[in-house]
Amino acid sequence: MAKKQHGERNKGDLLLDMRDIRIEGFSDEKWHPIIKGVDLKLHRGEVMGLIGESGAGKSTLGKAAMGYTQPGCRITGGSILFDGIDLRALSDRELRRLNGSRMTYVAQSAAASFNPAHRLIEQCVEATVDHGLKPDSDAKADVRKLFRSLQLPDPDNIGQRYPHQVSGGQLQRAMTAMAMSPRPDLIIFDEPTTALDVTTQVEVLSAMRDIVQQFNTAAIYITHDLAVVAQMADVIKVLRYGETVEDAPAREMLKHPKMPYTRSLWAVRSLEKPEERSDDIVLRVNGVDASYGGVVKVLQDVTIDVPRGSTVAVVGESGSGKSTTARVITGLLPPMKGNVLFNGEPLPLALKDRNKDQLRRIQMIYQMADTAMNPRHTVRDIIGRPLEFYLGLSGKALDARISELLKMIELDDSFMERLPGELSGGQKQRICIARALAAEPEVIICDEVTSALDQIVQEGILKLLLRLQNEFNITYLFITHDIATVKAISDQIVVMFQGKVVEQGMKSEILEPPYPDYTQLLLSSVPEMDPDWLTHLLAEREKTGAMSSSGN
Amino acid sequence: MSNDDQTYSAAGEVAMVVTRRTWAQRAWRELKKAPITAWFGLIVIAAYMFVAIFAPWVAPYSESQVFDTPYAPWSSEFIFGTDQLGRDVWTRLVYGARNTIGIAVATTLLSFLIGGSLGVMAAINRSWLDQGLSRFVDVLMAIPSLIFSLMLLSIFGSNVWNLIMIIAVLDSTRVFRLARAVSLNVVVMDYVEASRLRGESLGWVMRNDILPNILPPLVAEFGLRFCFVFLTIASLSFLGVGIQPPTADWGSMVRENAQLISFAEYDMKAAMTPLLPAGAIALLTVAVNFVVDWFLHKTSGIRDEK
Repeated sequence: MAKKQHGERNKGDLLLDMRDIRIEGFSDEKWHPIIKGVDLKLHRGEVMGLIGESGAGKSTLGKAAMGYTQPGCRITGGSILFDGIDLRALSDRELRRLNGSRMTYVAQSAAASFNPAHRLIEQCVEATVDHGLKPDSDAKADVRKLFRSLQLPDPDNIGQRYPHQVSGGQLQRAMTAMAMSPRPDLIIFDEPTTALDVTTQVEVLSAMRDIVQQFNTAAIYITHDLAVVAQMADVIKVLRYGETVEDAPAREMLKHPKMPYTRSLWAVRSLEKPEERSDDIVLRVNGVDASYGGVVKVLQDVTIDVPRGSTVAVVGESGSGKSTTARVITGLLPPMKGNVLFNGEPLPLALKDRNKDQLRRIQMIYQMADTAMNPRHTVRDIIGRPLEFYLGLSGKALDARISELLKMIELDDSFMERLPGELSGGQKQRICIARALAAEPEVIICDEVTSALDQIVQEGILKLLLRLQNEFNITYLFITHDIATVKAISDQIVVMFQGKVVEQGMKSEILEPPYPDYTQLLLSSVPEMDPDWLTHLLAEREKTGAMSSSGN
Repeated sequence: MSNDDQTYSAAGEVAMVVTRRTWAQRAWRELKKAPITAWFGLIVIAAYMFVAIFAPWVAPYSESQVFDTPYAPWSSEFIFGTDQLGRDVWTRLVYGARNTIGIAVATTLLSFLIGGSLGVMAAINRSWLDQGLSRFVDVLMAIPSLIFSLMLLSIFGSNVWNLIMIIAVLDSTRVFRLARAVSLNVVVMDYVEASRLRGESLGWVMRNDILPNILPPLVAEFGLRFCFVFLTIASLSFLGVGIQPPTADWGSMVRENAQLISFAEYDMKAAMTPLLPAGAIALLTVAVNFVVDWFLHKTSGIRDEK
């Protein structure tokens, strides 16, 4: 195989040509089709956005572009030509020579992909040195340059740190540097910013976009976030059920999506709730100070009023104390100072001092529905337990109530005997909602309930929550970092930063300028569907010199 | 499965499709895929169980029946000859299976009951109870267990109940450590927090949230610990403080007939006699380990099927 020189990288040459790709996955003794005949063409220097809901086959297709399939999957048809080389005809050994040198991969969770026992720089140059592309010292010098262009703080020394010593956003950028180090022809980004919060996401996105442009690298960018894809991609491909729905240049598709499915993806962002004012305060967090282990104060004098029947959104980046506030309200973390008033009465501070009725009135829904349900309990057990425990239902009455609750969350009785592992992400979250609902609570604390879901499913969940609120006059305390969600669901907004409440007020007041600095940063970091949004934002920030204060 | 509807519905989301099967169907499916070693192990264990349960019907004589000729050679009357007192070796092997396996199972169960429940409790509590129990277990584990049990047996007297209690307590230290370690991973899950927020009691959380989720490693460990208990009992019997005569037991059978080995150059068969109970121990240990290995491999989540 003749080695190509870097000089031959002409922008616009056809790099990757996948035709009629078919992939099957093995589960439950049978092969099921995952990808059903997809064509994909990628030119040098081009970034393709691959979008679709979970289960659409995005990641499977992305990995197939490197000639790789996960264990339990097989490519059954089609051809993959990478720069004229037929990847399917290569032996594992030959394929390994390409992977990591001419094709690289950036995974969703950088934290899970780095080896915690080795320094960052060693891991970043490993593939480059192993493939004999550069000697160790050159590769390291080069990676330091990459660190600099990715705007990592202290680029000369940060490589000496271990993965746990840098933040999530920094790690994701280090991983981009790792992928960039051998100067590949193709990079696959598999949801690289999904796990990051908005203010960090902007920085990682701009760094990745710059570096891809700088070296004329082709990239496939897999995501379910349309606004992100709008910033990154030249062309967009929409996948559903393993088939191509639509394929077009990014600007064209963003303006005029042709297929109804694509349009429905676009429509999600337009969900909005008219705000309602209410003065009947059901829950009040009253001047709370809290800390873990009594050392570092995580919350300082936090006061939040939650009016009955409305939704209060608590926003802020990770580490701002949003979830800690929830822990104080539920009694998991007794505060050092201040208290929590429920219907005007102070609640006992610690969980174990509260009675069943006090516990019943405040329910919680978690971010990760996967871990919030016991994997060995059926849906019947999960929803049935609070009914049994708080309301003393049993036998026929219990069954009838469970099926009523399932209907409320738009599922049916066929789900009764399923285990959580047999549900999709959205269905799991619905079961969690039903479990909270079963207790007939007055307040439900929603901790980032939609952030792990893709957009169509998110919309479904948000609509469900709104409907339930109208029907049962439930109050929500909605913890999130996603402003689109806030717009969709909230009446009031509380902005938190470094353990303090920065602002609290009606949605219309908070989302109207002028903002305090931090609110400004948070709001402006939310990607918009406009493909020039990131460029404008960066230019704007350049002018005012405002960057994230957290150093992410 | 061409799903062309353009509207979203919660029930129609793509989830893992799993066919529902009864417990028996699932077990049979797994067994069909089991490697040959696991099959071998299962068959050997089943045979041992059969012999142990139906000992009075399988054995030709009674456990402590003494015949006239000690050290009788192998013959049609005494398949494996007789021992130093003139008891039929085959009969005692059969009864030995019953005694040794029965005591080993009881001991292992007891040690899992003690170690498992304390381990889970320590993992949930994570404060003074955890500290106290863990340090106490460290102390127990620091003393060589065979010597410790020898000592305790000579203090309390060696009868079957003392034997079971002492070995169970000493062995539960290892179960405690395992149960605590695997429970720690489960205790931090959101569903345990959700149960606590609901106001569930400690017992409910242990039984419903933690136990089902730590069962696979514990079951695997059960198999291994069973082997060790079994060997411990055999060694104690060999040393003379285990199961007391006239109850038949493989460990003491090895000891009682050990000198026959030196007759190997004159009578090969006679020399084999002490090796028979030793072989019975070895075969069962190997069989149990095969099954445990298979089970561990299945539950550890390693899937290398292509």
